[in-house]
Amino acid sequence: MTNDIIAFCCENSAYTAADIAGREGLHYSERVKIVRVPCAGRVDAIHVLKAFENGCAAVLVLGCESGACRHINGNERAKKRIEYAKALLAEAGMSQQNAAMFNLAPNAPHKFVKIVQDAEKSLKGASE
Amino acid sequence: MIIAERKPFTEIRQMLAPYSRVLTVGCGTCVTICWAGGEKEVGILASQLRLAAREDNKEISVEEATIERQCEKEMASSIRDKVSNVDVVLSMGCGAGVQTLAQVFENVPVIPALNTSFIGMPEQEGLWAEMCGACGDCFLDRTGGICPVVRCAKGILNGPCGGTRRGGKCEIDVNKDCAWVLVYRRLNGQGRLDMMEKYYQPKNFRAVKRPGRIASVKA
Repeated sequence: MTNDIIAFCCENSAYTAADIAGREGLHYSERVKIVRVPCAGRVDAIHVLKAFENGCAAVLVLGCESGACRHINGNERAKKRIEYAKALLAEAGMSQQNAAMFNLAPNAPHKFVKIVQDAEKSLKGASE
Repeated sequence: MIIAERKPFTEIRQMLAPYSRVLTVGCGTCVTICWAGGEKEVGILASQLRLAAREDNKEISVEEATIERQCEKEMASSIRDKVSNVDVVLSMGCGAGVQTLAQVFENVPVIPALNTSFIGMPEQEGLWAEMCGACGDCFLDRTGGICPVVRCAKGILNGPCGGTRRGGKCEIDVNKDCAWVLVYRRLNGQGRLDMMEKYYQPKNFRAVKRPGRIASVKA
């Protein structure tokens, strides 16, 4: 997991977008490791911390667009949880920049690629 | 149930500074319900401690355990093997849990990770309110099940005072309900307003001698 970018993808939006990106042959970094979740709201602060503990470089939580969550408000819960996880990381003396939440639709493969590529670029920028 | 909240992370780290092998121990009862010291919170704190140590290039091992009820000696004894391998126990139980661990494992320092706050109940998700002051002389039969000792800012037994705001709020905090307005509404709904016409003598706040100790009459 060292230096990986972990992308927790909601199966109702981001995972489908990632799937379409693959089928369309869109390129993105091989550092991106996708974890399929039933809803972004399934991702908890402990998952984010454990990912960093195991050596990943960044954690992204990708959920449905606002108002489009299949589980009503899982994406809103995920947003709160990622903010909580960032506060926990800050307490531990780590950068909060490498954990983030994004919203996207299932038919947005280009947006998915842009999000993960931007994450990698910002990691490269920070290490230079 | 007992409500507690986690101490600031920096304070926990300061207390743990002399030690390198830590066992973080949660409790599966009250502090699990109030999101302060259950299995999940143990995992989060342990993970944070490992990450913080890594950032500081320090060697530390943080083990995790959660006891169903930390305030029972028999249950606390179940982690004896784990305790034998560490320098310090970081308790995420209430004050009773910390002291039980300290008593069961006398040779190992036990450090509190929580501040035990009050006896309360969940008001909504993630919000707990104080309900009982453990005064040892319960008054709730006369107040419609609403405790003025802790829910009234002044703790008065013959309320309301002159500071009730319009809308039944307290003069010291516009967001806080006046306990005596709540009492009035509850008793009025039950047709028992005559309870409020009686004068009650000052309460005996020394009913529980400290430290409290209660013996069951059952064999």
